[in-house]
Amino acid sequence: MTILVLTIFLFLGAMSAGLVGSLTGLGGGVILIPLLTIVFKVDIHYAIGTSLVSVIATSSGAAAAYVKEGISNIRIGMFLEVATTTGAIMGAYIAIYTQPYIIAVIFGAVLIFAAISSFAKKEQAQLPATSTRLAYWLRLNGTYPSLTGIKSYQVINVAGGFFMMMAAGIISGLLGIGSGALKVIAMDNIMRIPFKVSTATSNFMIGVTAAASAGLYLQRGYIDPGLSFPVVLGVLLGAIAGSRILVKSKTRVLRLVFGVVITLLAAEMIYNGLTHQI
Amino acid sequence: MKFFAKMNDKDLETIMGIVLRSGVTLSALLVLTGGIIYLLNNGHTVANYHSFLSEPGSLRDIKDIFKNALMGKGRFIIQLGVLVLIATPIARIIFGLIGYLAEKDYLYTFIALFVLCIIIFSL
Repeated sequence: MTILVLTIFLFLGAMSAGLVGSLTGLGGGVILIPLLTIVFKVDIHYAIGTSLVSVIATSSGAAAAYVKEGISNIRIGMFLEVATTTGAIMGAYIAIYTQPYIIAVIFGAVLIFAAISSFAKKEQAQLPATSTRLAYWLRLNGTYPSLTGIKSYQVINVAGGFFMMMAAGIISGLLGIGSGALKVIAMDNIMRIPFKVSTATSNFMIGVTAAASAGLYLQRGYIDPGLSFPVVLGVLLGAIAGSRILVKSKTRVLRLVFGVVITLLAAEMIYNGLTHQI
Repeated sequence: MKFFAKMNDKDLETIMGIVLRSGVTLSALLVLTGGIIYLLNNGHTVANYHSFLSEPGSLRDIKDIFKNALMGKGRFIIQLGVLVLIATPIARIIFGLIGYLAEKDYLYTFIALFVLCIIIFSL
């Protein structure tokens, strides 16, 4: 295959990964990595490096929109970025010294987790009436615009959320994904931040987290311009298209189809990993 | 600094939004330009990504990337675009840092500085 043909295929593949990632809210990385490693037989370290770069592009684009609407809590984001960036660098170091087949198995497991959590019914947990002292001292409590006007919220369990965020950072640096699902768990379920705020703030943090590990991947020579070119532009265009498409009532069907696809991809990654084909 | 002196959280959010959006746009333009040059020169050669062969040192060194990109080499212009992309969230932190300093919020000035140090450590 010549570089021109490969570039065109990569571009189309990356564009669908960005589109699907945006429509399902899973992010481009979870689909991009299996696509690059299984279909295009790209070395997994290259795939992770490339994916991280496209994660920065899509999340920064989305974050810009959220920040403008005043939904993201920038202080929560900044504070938790201490945890995610530290984790991301640890994750990237682990990845560099880990055999590709082991990374593939871990990736498969995380993919299954992502598929399950995207099915789980998202119910807003009871919002706490008062915040903890640490959250107050860190000025994490805030307000956000809702349909019924400006609403305020209180934050609890800061330490628990911080450590969950560090785990999310490690996964992001190790596997080259945004790990938005883990970030939202840390903020929703542990710190009890309203869903709308946690989703927007998570998007805001993904770029910084990915940048921390992307720097390391670049230095180690795992970011190839020939791959970045079609993949970054493809994922970015796909994600922009996804955010413009108004998904009407088919969301459930869409989620079901992608859930099945992701589970199959996960199985393939684990199988290839265990049989050392990656 | 007069502009910063009157700054509040809302202004800071607006500035961050602009920084993020312009960074992504600039990067995409660089990657596209470099990509077209790269395809015109190398489009016909046979591709190989199957096994990991670390990139040549010049594609990993920031100074070399700049130097070669200015000479119009496609692969380096793409890599420069990637660098701009990595720098975008970092720029957002720097703006946050300046903003918090202007708001006299020293706790968050320190937190932003700390995050900045962690990222610079990785480069």
